[in-house]
Amino acid sequence: MAIDQVHGARKVGRYALLTVMAIIVIFPIYMMVVGSLKPGNKVLVNPLLPTNFTTSTLREAWSSGHLGRALWNSTVVSAIITFAQVVTSILAAYAFAFLKFPGKSLVFVAFLATLLVPLEATLTVNRRTMQDLSWINSYKALTVPFLATAFGIFMIRQVFLQIPKEMHEAASMDGLGHLGFLWQVAVPLSRPTIGALTLFSFLSSWNQYLWPNLITTDAKYNTVQTGLKSLKQASIDKPNLVIAGTVIVAMPIFVVLIAFQRQLIRGLTAGAVKG
Amino acid sequence: MAYPSRVAQVRLKNLTKQFDGVTAVEDINLDIADREFMVLLGPSGCGKSTLLRMIAGLEDPTEGEVWIGDLMVNDTLPKQRDVAMVFQSYALYPHKTVQENIEFPLKVRNVPKPERAAAALEAASSLGLAEYVGRKPGALSGGQRQRVALARAIVRNPAVFCMDEPLSNLDAKLRGETRAELIALHQRLNSTFVYVTHDQVEAMTMGTRIAVMSRGHLEQVGTPQDVYDKPASVFVAQFVGMPPMNILPPGSLEPGPHVVGVRPEHLHFRGDGPLTMMVQLVEKLGHETLITGVIGDKRVVVRQDSEESLPAVGDRVQLDAPEATRHRFDAITERRIDA
Amino acid sequence: MKRKWRDSGLAALMLGPSAVILVLFVIYPLIKAMWLGQQRCGVTSCTNSGLRQYVDAFRSNEFQDSLIVTAKYALITVPIGLVLGVGLAVLADKYMRGVGLFRTIFSSTVATSVAVASVMWFFLLNPSVGVLAEWIGGRAKTPGLLQSPGLALWAVSASSIWANLGFTFIVVTAGLQGVPKDLYESAFVDGAGGFRRFTNVTLPMISPTLLFASVVLTTRAFQSFGEIDLLTAGGPKGETTTLTYLAYGSGLPTSNDDGLRATVSVLLFFVLLILALVQFRGLEKRVHYGN
Repeated sequence: MAIDQVHGARKVGRYALLTVMAIIVIFPIYMMVVGSLKPGNKVLVNPLLPTNFTTSTLREAWSSGHLGRALWNSTVVSAIITFAQVVTSILAAYAFAFLKFPGKSLVFVAFLATLLVPLEATLTVNRRTMQDLSWINSYKALTVPFLATAFGIFMIRQVFLQIPKEMHEAASMDGLGHLGFLWQVAVPLSRPTIGALTLFSFLSSWNQYLWPNLITTDAKYNTVQTGLKSLKQASIDKPNLVIAGTVIVAMPIFVVLIAFQRQLIRGLTAGAVKG
Repeated sequence: MAYPSRVAQVRLKNLTKQFDGVTAVEDINLDIADREFMVLLGPSGCGKSTLLRMIAGLEDPTEGEVWIGDLMVNDTLPKQRDVAMVFQSYALYPHKTVQENIEFPLKVRNVPKPERAAAALEAASSLGLAEYVGRKPGALSGGQRQRVALARAIVRNPAVFCMDEPLSNLDAKLRGETRAELIALHQRLNSTFVYVTHDQVEAMTMGTRIAVMSRGHLEQVGTPQDVYDKPASVFVAQFVGMPPMNILPPGSLEPGPHVVGVRPEHLHFRGDGPLTMMVQLVEKLGHETLITGVIGDKRVVVRQDSEESLPAVGDRVQLDAPEATRHRFDAITERRIDA
Repeated sequence: MKRKWRDSGLAALMLGPSAVILVLFVIYPLIKAMWLGQQRCGVTSCTNSGLRQYVDAFRSNEFQDSLIVTAKYALITVPIGLVLGVGLAVLADKYMRGVGLFRTIFSSTVATSVAVASVMWFFLLNPSVGVLAEWIGGRAKTPGLLQSPGLALWAVSASSIWANLGFTFIVVTAGLQGVPKDLYESAFVDGAGGFRRFTNVTLPMISPTLLFASVVLTTRAFQSFGEIDLLTAGGPKGETTTLTYLAYGSGLPTSNDDGLRATVSVLLFFVLLILALVQFRGLEKRVHYGN
């Protein structure tokens, strides 16, 4: 207690510093929100205050940016990727944690090695693959390459390994097969980590920028990120319109993150904790 | 609950288990009778747990056969062996309540819900767990968890109960109480128990027979009294009994190359005794006194009930042991020599 | 032995889906890119030029310039981002009323994607409508920070530091919470002041976290694409053309040359590989450090 609490002048100083930093950090976000509530072209009129309050800019951004479509695309694409990554990760992690098969450690190292390959090194060839499959401008191109991730497999395997071996043996004596143990014991016990992976997968796919740029040319397949780029290019003379667009696009993720703070922290720190 | 009478003797024939070329259990033959309480006793690493796990089906034998009743079960999965197991760590499912934990084996076997709920409640009640059935294992004490693990085994009504050091995570007092309960349970259930422990007190008090193991081999199989009174080898003599049997220097008590062992309670002070001990330690434990010293190069402990005429540290005392209490072992094989 | 094979079929089924995806979209493309990187393409056809292409690409001005740009970008964003993240985390770590609100604010930038953050900063720094540009004046007014030689990279860095701050803050805060309390208490009893406790207890104890954060931030710097694409499009005069932008940006010499593009991305792979290995080694060390 004695070292945790701060008193007197130091306390005031600390609050002052925290407040100044908080204002600086939140300033860009504040400006966006204020800008989105002003008429499309009146940017520098009282930029700090929400004068000339209107929601018309937000509405116009929504329609002219086809943001509804983009939000829908992003939601569908992220949901597919997230669901698939969680399922494929759980299955593969189970094999690595609980099954005995020849060459297991070799296969595991091969899986792990894919973590070392950055997305950027594979995109050129992957785009060619998409062209060869005629998948350019499709949900398939947006999702299929990301249906599995070594990161998720690794993360889930780590928690599966913490389940005592005796529990697995007890279950097998109770008459539970592998799939039964997976769904009735291993998955319920690993719920926090699976939750973190779910959020992490969702955020990563939602925030993808480069890949959608490479394999979509049709605005129909814009995700929110590429949609924002289109909006910026199309409405460069109406800053508030683009700003309103960013607010609309950013909102769902803010809500999601506030709702799932704990999973977020777990997901972000997964790499730092226990390799 | 009805306990159908069935024959559940366990037979192990020439059983061998190797892990990556290291032999854990070697060529073991053991018959465990129906409704017996067989204790596998030995120090850690002696292969007793491996033996138990082969009976349960958690390890495949490298060689040899496991029979339960009239069936050779080598290729039978654990769940089809009619065997239940209580693990050292209890292996309870932390996300399920006590009730759900106990019910679980029945649920997996598709027993209808009302039936399995009743069975679980009965098993729980018989172990004094009735008021805890709604809790999760995390909210129970160590002793209570141990009972839940037992209840989960009981509810299946198996022919054979396998237990792997089930008391080792309890404190001393609770361990004593639970020992008595397990004996009562064995009598009530009337089924075959195979119980692994390194604690000779558990073995002596609970087992109808004890199988003493060392380095993957069976040293001796017999009733607790047999094992105590007629240890088959120096190893058994020193592993069973507390303090362990004294092994005297060859030729010190009686002529000949063989080894002579005497239990601490059978040594007594006698002015003209043939053994000379240098006293190093005197421990008064209340109901008895332990006097430790050396004879030649051997450490020797004498147990005496009375507190009269105790020697002091540094004294030289003479000792003797009656002829009938001497155990004789071959100097090379260390096996018992019976006259 | 039987048991060993008993599970194999199931293992194959469980690993299959992941294996197919990872082979088709990670391993195959990497190998193929290494091969493609050897292709030299003319107007109509491509020829295999072996490692020459890599050497030539590596020696080219474009590559070397963008390597320098990327290194500079990392050298600006990583240390400043780390210092800010650690500073804020330490500042908000003490038990004080309302600290939760500050934590939420400092974490908030994780919710902004690269695109969202970049568009925000684009308008903040925009010479005709941006508030920041207006306040700063001077070169921020004409031609604008993002088009101003010598300053553009700093402007992009500001945006990126801001966008990554939430991540760094969260990770360091979690690291701070993992430091055993009794360590602080024993240092306190030993008479160590606040600053000494920070340098002697806090920093060493969170060094694995700092390593993790710095590797992630450096990796992000080398992978930066969205912020360049939206803020400067690599300009002015290539001053903000990072490696990834060189490989995938539009309107660059590499845009329509898959061979050259692959060369750059393979080189990028090796740079990031080294970073990943640094992180693995660091984590390994920490395990021996003894938890």
